[in-house]
Amino acid sequence: MSVLVMKNVSVTLGGTSILDDVSLHVGQGEFVSILGPSGAGKSTIFRLLTGAVEHDSGQITCNGQPLTAKQQSFAFMPQRDALMPWRRIIDNLTLGLEVQGISREEARARVTPLLADFGLEDFARHYPAQLSGGMRQRAALLRTVVQDRPVLLLDEPFGALDALTRTQMQAWFEKRWRAARWTTLLVTHDVREAVALSDRIFVLSRRPAHVLTEVQVPGPRPRLGRRITPEAHALEAQVLDILLNQTGKAL
Amino acid sequence: MQSHAPRRSGRGLTRGIPAVLSVVSAFLVWELYVHLSGISPLMLPAPSRVLEQIVLNRALLWDNTLPTLKATCAGFALSLTVAFVLSVALDFMPRLRRALFPIFVVSQTLPLVAIAPLVVLWFGFDLTPKVLLVALVTFFPMLVALVDGYSATDTDIESLMRSMGATRGQIFRSARFPSALPYFFAGLRISITYAVVAAIFAEYVGARAGLGIVILNAKNSFRPDLVLAAVVISSALTLGLFALTALIQKLALRWREVAGT
Ligand SMILES: Nc1ncnc2c1ncn2[C@@H]1O[C@H](COP(=O)(O)OP(=O)(O)O)[C@@H](O)[C@H]1O
Ligand SMILES: [Mg+2]
Repeated sequence: MSVLVMKNVSVTLGGTSILDDVSLHVGQGEFVSILGPSGAGKSTIFRLLTGAVEHDSGQITCNGQPLTAKQQSFAFMPQRDALMPWRRIIDNLTLGLEVQGISREEARARVTPLLADFGLEDFARHYPAQLSGGMRQRAALLRTVVQDRPVLLLDEPFGALDALTRTQMQAWFEKRWRAARWTTLLVTHDVREAVALSDRIFVLSRRPAHVLTEVQVPGPRPRLGRRITPEAHALEAQVLDILLNQTGKAL
Repeated sequence: MQSHAPRRSGRGLTRGIPAVLSVVSAFLVWELYVHLSGISPLMLPAPSRVLEQIVLNRALLWDNTLPTLKATCAGFALSLTVAFVLSVALDFMPRLRRALFPIFVVSQTLPLVAIAPLVVLWFGFDLTPKVLLVALVTFFPMLVALVDGYSATDTDIESLMRSMGATRGQIFRSARFPSALPYFFAGLRISITYAVVAAIFAEYVGARAGLGIVILNAKNSFRPDLVLAAVVISSALTLGLFALTALIQKLALRWREVAGT
């Protein structure tokens, strides 16, 4: 059953059509990516889901219910990590729980056991500016998953990292995801990342964005940290071709 | 080329040396000039003479420093409270901001020379007019700093909090207020340097005691050495308050100190 369904959704901002008839769905425990060129409207999809912008037409449902502000179905990780520079890492991690009205102690008690898995156990008392880019990104991810929402929305979580750190973080994240099986919607412009991490990929056109094609990614996990398979390689080439030619015919 | 510029991390005493040197040499030049030119101490007293007057008149100066300090602190406390409460109100009600901001700007265009006698006329010779004048002069930089600081909040942080379901009040407390703190301290440092001067000016216009009265009386009895003695005390007060705000800032913004190590 699908957790999140967007059906024929269109968004216009300041007279500009950003999303044009976008339909997609995410199943329970599934890892789905939205892949598209920069400026396509990928982040706009997340702003729509988190209530920052409104859609003109179409339906969005979560667990069969139309989206409402009170529902809180999503834990969102913005494109830049948005860590508060004045809060220690531990206090950044508990932000979402504090907003839910959970006491600081209780929130810390929930976050602390997860620090080790995210490689942050020695950095809980540090300020964000004292952390490397990769660590900040892991902190932002942990801040997202501790909110314990039905769906994770990750906006280019590895986009700002250097190539080496990005590769390490992707492999680390795949491991964490395999252990937890969060229902995940990932936004990326990186074809290799989408193919490596996803169960399915929705390829978006340039603005105004519509779905060019939906790609199933077969293949066993883990896929990262080992040699890339010829099948994965062929799939990457196909998806890249779709992006470059802006046509959905290839698959 | 190899640079020998002092490192930014150079701390404490060594970093203060240039400042101390320049101040000491300025006073030396002044002292030498007075002695070499033979200018009358009624025109320009030497620093050594001013210092001597401070020691000789320490009881008088002390008795008159207390009222000034009291007016300064009370006025500043009032202005801080008003600036903070107003800034929160303006942040939650943008329409109120458009309505009230022009009034605040106009309040800053009023010449103190004209306003001070009127305030003294209305409120008499005791503490109230001084407190009001100090508040009038100091509240605006803090208000502007706070209002600007709130709107400088990272929009990503605000959208993140909204995605978490935060209320406007939660966003203010956890994001907008902490974002504004560095701005607030910049405004506070400007304000604090005006505060003592404003109190002295208010006393000058009409008071029973205070450094402003010492200055007024010394001027009337042609004692520039005593005028300058009071000026030294007032500068010391301002410097002391400035150092205090710097210390509070350091404690409140510890995350900025730690960051980048
Ligand atoms: N308020 C707005 N008015 C008009 N255009 C906007 C507005 N907000 C965003 N856009 C445009 O929408 C497009 C998609 O933005 P975004 O969703 O951030 O793209 P992506 O995340 O795919 O890079 C961009 O070209 C941007 O200029
Ligand atoms: Mg984006």
